[in-house]
Amino acid sequence: MVRYLLRRLLLGLITLWLLATIVFAITNILPTDVGRTILGPFAPPETVAALNEKLGTNRPLPVRYVESMIGLVTLNFGDSFVSGSPVLPQVLGAVGRSAKLAGLALLITIPLSIAAGLYAARRRDRLADRAIVLAGVTLSSIPEFVTGTILVVVVGVQLDLLPVLATAPEKADLVTQIRYLLLPAVAMAIVYFGYIARMTRAGAIEVLQSDYIRTATMKGLTTSQTMRRHVLRNALVPTVAVIAVQIGYLFGGIIAVEKIFNYNGMGATMLYAAQRKDLPMLTAGVIVIGLVYMLATLAADLIIAWMNPRIRLETER
Amino acid sequence: MEPTSILAPGPGGQPAELPAADLSASRAQRSSARRERLTVLVKRPAFLVGAAVMIFWIVCAILGERITPYDPYNGFSLGRQPPSLEHLFGTDRIGRDVLSRVMVGSRDVLIVAPLAALLGVLLGTSLGLVMGFYRGIVDDVLSRIVEAFLALPVILVALLTLVVLGSSSIVVVFVVGILFAPIVARTVRSAVLSERQLDYVEAARLRGESGLYILSREIFPNVLGPTIVELTVRFGYAIFTVATLSFLGVGLQPPSPDWGLSVSQEYTNMISGIWWPTFFPALAIASTVIAINLIADSLQSVLSE
Amino acid sequence: MTTMIDLPPGAPVPPGDHAALRVEDLSLSYIVRGIARPVLRGVTFEIKPGESYGLVGESGCGKSTTAYAAVRYLARNARITGGRIFIDGSDMTTMSEDRLREFRMRHASMVYQDPGAALNPTTKVGPQVIEAFAVLGESRPVAEAHALEALERVQIADPRRVMQRYPHQLSGGMQQRIVIAMALASDPKLLVLDEPTTGLDATVEASVLDLVRSLQGETNAAILLIAHNLGVIRSVCDRVGVMYAGKIVEEGDAAAVFDKPQHPYTLALLRSLPRHGIRKSQRALATIPGSLPPVGATLPACVFVDRCPLATEICRTIDPPPVDLGDGRTSKCHHIDRLPELTEAPARAGAEHAEQGGAALELSGLSKTFHQGGHSVPALVGIDLTIHDGETLGLVGESGSGKSTLARTILGIERPDAGGGLELDSHQLAGRSTDRPTEDKRSIQMVFQNPESALNRGWTARRILARSVRKLTGLRGKAIDKRVDELAANLRLSQQHLDLKPRQLSGGLKQRLAIARAFAGDPRIVVADEPTSALDVSVQAAILNVLSDLQVENKTSYLLISHDLGVVRYLADRIAVMYLGRIMEVGDSEVVFRGPNHPYTEALLSAIPKVDGEPGARIRLGGEIPSPANPPSGCVFHTRCHRFMKGICEVTEPPLIEVEPGHQMRCHIPVEELRRLQAEARRSDEVLTTPPEALEAAEATAENDPA
Repeated sequence: MVRYLLRRLLLGLITLWLLATIVFAITNILPTDVGRTILGPFAPPETVAALNEKLGTNRPLPVRYVESMIGLVTLNFGDSFVSGSPVLPQVLGAVGRSAKLAGLALLITIPLSIAAGLYAARRRDRLADRAIVLAGVTLSSIPEFVTGTILVVVVGVQLDLLPVLATAPEKADLVTQIRYLLLPAVAMAIVYFGYIARMTRAGAIEVLQSDYIRTATMKGLTTSQTMRRHVLRNALVPTVAVIAVQIGYLFGGIIAVEKIFNYNGMGATMLYAAQRKDLPMLTAGVIVIGLVYMLATLAADLIIAWMNPRIRLETER
Repeated sequence: MEPTSILAPGPGGQPAELPAADLSASRAQRSSARRERLTVLVKRPAFLVGAAVMIFWIVCAILGERITPYDPYNGFSLGRQPPSLEHLFGTDRIGRDVLSRVMVGSRDVLIVAPLAALLGVLLGTSLGLVMGFYRGIVDDVLSRIVEAFLALPVILVALLTLVVLGSSSIVVVFVVGILFAPIVARTVRSAVLSERQLDYVEAARLRGESGLYILSREIFPNVLGPTIVELTVRFGYAIFTVATLSFLGVGLQPPSPDWGLSVSQEYTNMISGIWWPTFFPALAIASTVIAINLIADSLQSVLSE
Repeated sequence: MTTMIDLPPGAPVPPGDHAALRVEDLSLSYIVRGIARPVLRGVTFEIKPGESYGLVGESGCGKSTTAYAAVRYLARNARITGGRIFIDGSDMTTMSEDRLREFRMRHASMVYQDPGAALNPTTKVGPQVIEAFAVLGESRPVAEAHALEALERVQIADPRRVMQRYPHQLSGGMQQRIVIAMALASDPKLLVLDEPTTGLDATVEASVLDLVRSLQGETNAAILLIAHNLGVIRSVCDRVGVMYAGKIVEEGDAAAVFDKPQHPYTLALLRSLPRHGIRKSQRALATIPGSLPPVGATLPACVFVDRCPLATEICRTIDPPPVDLGDGRTSKCHHIDRLPELTEAPARAGAEHAEQGGAALELSGLSKTFHQGGHSVPALVGIDLTIHDGETLGLVGESGSGKSTLARTILGIERPDAGGGLELDSHQLAGRSTDRPTEDKRSIQMVFQNPESALNRGWTARRILARSVRKLTGLRGKAIDKRVDELAANLRLSQQHLDLKPRQLSGGLKQRLAIARAFAGDPRIVVADEPTSALDVSVQAAILNVLSDLQVENKTSYLLISHDLGVVRYLADRIAVMYLGRIMEVGDSEVVFRGPNHPYTEALLSAIPKVDGEPGARIRLGGEIPSPANPPSGCVFHTRCHRFMKGICEVTEPPLIEVEPGHQMRCHIPVEELRRLQAEARRSDEVLTTPPEALEAAEATAENDPA
C-alpha cells in the first residue's frame, strides 16, 4: 500500500508539473505581448513596454518558465496585477468559501444519487428505473446557471421559499448560512445527481448479474442481505471514481452559480480577475483547482484500493 | 444475428452450395442489419423527442429572422412587458421580443458548439488511436499529458485563454475543442486497447501489415461506433460549455441573441420579478442539451446492442 | 479412493416416492424484443435421491437453461410457458418469492463454471463460507465451526489459512472446492453442477471430479450435471439425458447411452468425436449435415428431422413419443429399428501418413524469458524440437506450461532470448516476424483458437482472404481473385459465403475462413492453437477433417496445441509434452499414448475423463502447478510427481534423452523401470498420489516465492 501511495504521489507530481507547464504556455506563449494583452490595443507602446518591464514579461521565455516553476515549488504564484498583493492567499480564501458551497452540494447529491442508482438497478427496466435514468440524463445535461436561473425564478421568486442570494448576513448561525447556500447548492447538486446515479446504477447492474450474486441468492440470502453484504461494496467502486472526477468539475461549474447567486467565492474572484486581466490570479486559480482535482482522484484511488483487495494486495508486492 | 447456414460435408464432400433462397436472405440480411438498427433507433421515443427538438432549433437557426414574429435585434415595444398574447415570451429590458430572440438565439451556438465538438473528437480520436495502439513509452508520455489536461478545470482555463486571446467565436471553438480532446482520447484509447487484444490484429502482423495500416484500416473502422457516440455526447457538452462561457461574458459577444448571453444580460432583474427574459433562453438551452443527450443515449444503447 | 473425510456416510434413502427433482413437460421461452423464442420444448426427466444425472448436448440445446430453471434462477427475459418442476415434491414453478428463498437455502444448491466469479472478490473466503451456514440460523461460533468442517470435507488442507484469503489469492481448483463446500452447507436435496470443471486444468479437473464422486456417496443429494465434455458426464453420472433443440431425445444409463446410442442424434454426436484412439490416417470423422437450429426457431414435429438421415414424412408430422427400451432407457425416434442403417464412414484408403520427411523447423536451445517488475520469468527453457515435413506435432501440457509461448515465439510474435536456434529449412529465422522477409512470413502462419476474435468483424470474408493473398504471395489483380476462389473451394466455402462478414457465418464457417487465410500463401508450417475448442463437437469433426485433408494435399506441417487429447491423438503424428517451459517428453503419437511415459504424461493421460469409460491407472497429482517465476529445483516436476525419489529429483534436473528410437524423455527413472511401474499401476486399483515428501519440498519452495 505504501509503495502504491508513493507511486501514485509521484505520478501526481508529474501531472501537476505538466499542468503548470500548460498554464504557463497559455499565459506566456499564446499572447505575443503580455503588456499589450492587459492594456488593450489602444494603449501607447511606451506604457506597454513599461508594464512588460514591471511584470518581467519582456525577459526570455526560458527564464520566465524556470521562475514560474520555482514559484510553483515555493508556493509563490506572484502578485496580483490589480491589488499588488500575493495571489495565493486570496485564491485559497476564495476556494475555502466555495468549498462550503461545493461541500453542501455534494452532501445533498451523493446519498440521494447513490440511493437512486441502487434502486434503479434493482428495478431495472421497470418504470422507476426508466424514470431515474431519464431524469439523470436530463438533469445532468443542463448547465448549472440554467438550473440556477430556473430555481431562482420558481423557488426564490414565485414561491418565495428561500433566499436568492447566497451570502448570509454577517455572524449568521450555521442553519441560516445553510439556508442561504441551499438554493445554489441544489442547483449544483442537480447536475451531479445524474452522473453519480447513472454510474451507481451501471455498477450495481454489473454486480447484480455476476456469478457471486447468484451464489448469494442460492445461499438463500434475502435481497437486503445480498445488497448490503455483496452488492454495495463492489458496485460503488466506479461511483467513487466518478465522484472524484466530479469534484474537479464542480469547481468549474461553481463560477456560474456564484455569479447567479452573487456569492463571493472562487467564481467571483476569478471573474473579477478575468475582467481586470489579472493573469497571476487566474493562473493560481487554475493550478489550485487542478490540485484539488488531483487530490480528489488520489483520495478516490486510495478508497478504491481499500475497497478492492485485489488492487490493494497486488500493489503490495 | 443468426448464422446463415453451416456446411458440414462429410469426407471428400463437394463444396456445398447454399440454396438460392438462403443466399438472397443473407444478402438482404447484411443491408438490413444497418436498416434494422435504424428502425430500432427510430422506434425509441427518447430519440424521437430529441430529434424533433433539434430539428426545430436547426430550422430556427437557418430561417432566423424570416420566421420570427418581430425583429429580434431592435425593440419597438415597451421594455420588460410580461408574456402576453402579443409577446408570448414578453419583451426584454430594451423592448425586444423575447420569443424572436430565443428563436434566433440558437444560431451562434449551433455553429460554434458542433465545430468545437468536431475539433475535440478529431484531435481526441487521433490521440486515442495512437495511445491505444502504440502503448509503451508513447502511451505513457501521452497519458501523462492527457491526465494533466483532464485536471484542468474546463470553464476556468477557457476563461483564462479567452482573457489572453480575447473573446471571439473562433477562439471559443479552439479552446473548447482542445479541452475536450483529452476526454475523447481516453474513450477512444480504451476502445482501441480492447480491440487490439483481438487476434485479428496479431493475424495482420503475421502477414506483415504495418502498424499504420492495422490502425487505420483494421482497427479504426471498428471503433467508429463509440467515436460517433462520443461526438454526440461532446456536442451536448459543447453547448453546455459555450452557453456557460457566454453567460460568464467571455463567450459569444453582444449583440448576439445567444441564449447564454441573454441570460447573462437579464438575470439580475429576476429578483425584481422580471423572470421571462432570463427564463425562456434558459429553457431553450436546457431543451437543446437534453435533446442531444437523449439522441446520444439512444445511439449508445442501439450501438451496444 | 481413500478420502480424508471423517463425516459418517450419507443417510439412507428416505422412504416415499418423491424424486429429488422431477421436471415435467417444461417449456420455456426467452422474450426478445417482444417475441417469444422457445428454448425448451417439453423437457421431462427425474432424478432420484442420491442419483446423478447428466445433461449433454451442443450449445443452444437448452441444457443450461434447464439447470437454471430447476432452481428457478432465470434470466429476466425468460418465461416458463408450460410444465412443472418439483424438488422433493414441491412445485418450484408456483412458489412465492419467500418460499423460493427458503427453498434455495435448504434444499437446492448450485456450482458454476467459473469458480473465480462465483465468489465475492472483495470479501475473504471465511465470511463467505460462514454465511452459508449462518443463513440457516446457526449462531456465529457454530457456523464458523461448520465452515471449517465443510472446507476440510472438500479436502482443503489448511482451512484456517484459506479462510483468511481473498478468492483471487487461491487457485481455480481451490476456489471450486470452496464453492462446492458452500453448496453443500445446507445438505441439499438437489445439487446442480453447471460445467463445474470447464476451464480447469486436466489434473485439477480430475481431482474436482473425484471430490464430486466421493461427496455423492455421502450426501444422498441428487446431482444434476451439465457438461459439454461427454467424458466428464460418463465419469460422474449414473444416468444421462441427451438434449437437442430444447428436448431430451434420448435418456438412459450413462454407460449404455454412450456405448450403444439409440437415437440418430446421439449416434451422430458420438461418432463425430475422435474416440477409441482413432487416427486421421484410419478414418475421417463423421459429421452431422446441416446446422444446429438457432435459438427460438420454429421446428417440425421431430426437432432433429432436418439433419437426420433416417427421416421420413412421419417425422415432420407426428412428434415422436418416448419409446421405452427397458432399463429406464427411452428414445424419441420413429425409426429406432433402422439405426443399424447408419454405418460409420469407410476407412481411409491409402492415406496412411507419409514417411517422416526432413526437418521443416528446427528449434535448438530456444528460450524465452519475460521480465515483469524486476523479476525474470522463464517461460521457455532450452527447447530442442523438430517439426518434420508434412507431419503434425501435437503440443500438450497444462496452463503455464509454455505451449502458447512456444507457438508465439515460433511465429515471431515473441522474440526469443539470444542464443537459441530457430531454423526454417536450415536457415535461421529472425526473432520478430516484422524482421522476417515475406517468404518466411508466408511459410509460418497461424490458426487461432477463437475465430470471432481472429477475423476482423468489419471485413467481408473475401476481403480477409484477398488481403492475405496479396501480402503473402505478391500476386496482383485477377490472380488474387483466382487464388481466393481456390482457397474458398479447398475449404468448402461457397462464393456466397465470401460476401458475408464473419458475424453472419456460423462458428464452423468462421474457423474455415480462418484456416483458409492461414493457407493463403501456401505455408510450410501452420500453428493451430486450440483450433476446435471454441466449437461444438459436430463442427469440430468437420474442422479436423478439413485440417487433415489440407495437410495431405499441401504437405503442410502442423504444430497443434490442444488440451483435448482425443483431438491430439487423432491429428498428431508426434507429441511433445510440456511442463513449466520445458519439454518433458517427445515421441510418436502412438508411443506416447502407449507408454512408458514420463510420470507427468502418465498423470495427464490418466486425468482425462474418458467417454469410452476405459479403465486406466488412477493418478492424482497433489499440490499446485508452480509459478514459472520460481520453478522448483532439480526436476521441475518433482513437487507433484507421484514417482518422486528423494535425494535425486529435487537436486539435479534430468536431461532430455532418447530412451527409445524417436522417443525422448526428461526423467531420472530408467525407461524400463517406468515401463514396469506403469504396467503395475494399470493392473492395480490403487490411486497413486504425490508422496508427502514431495509436497513438503513444494511447501519449502513456495515459501521462497518472491511473490
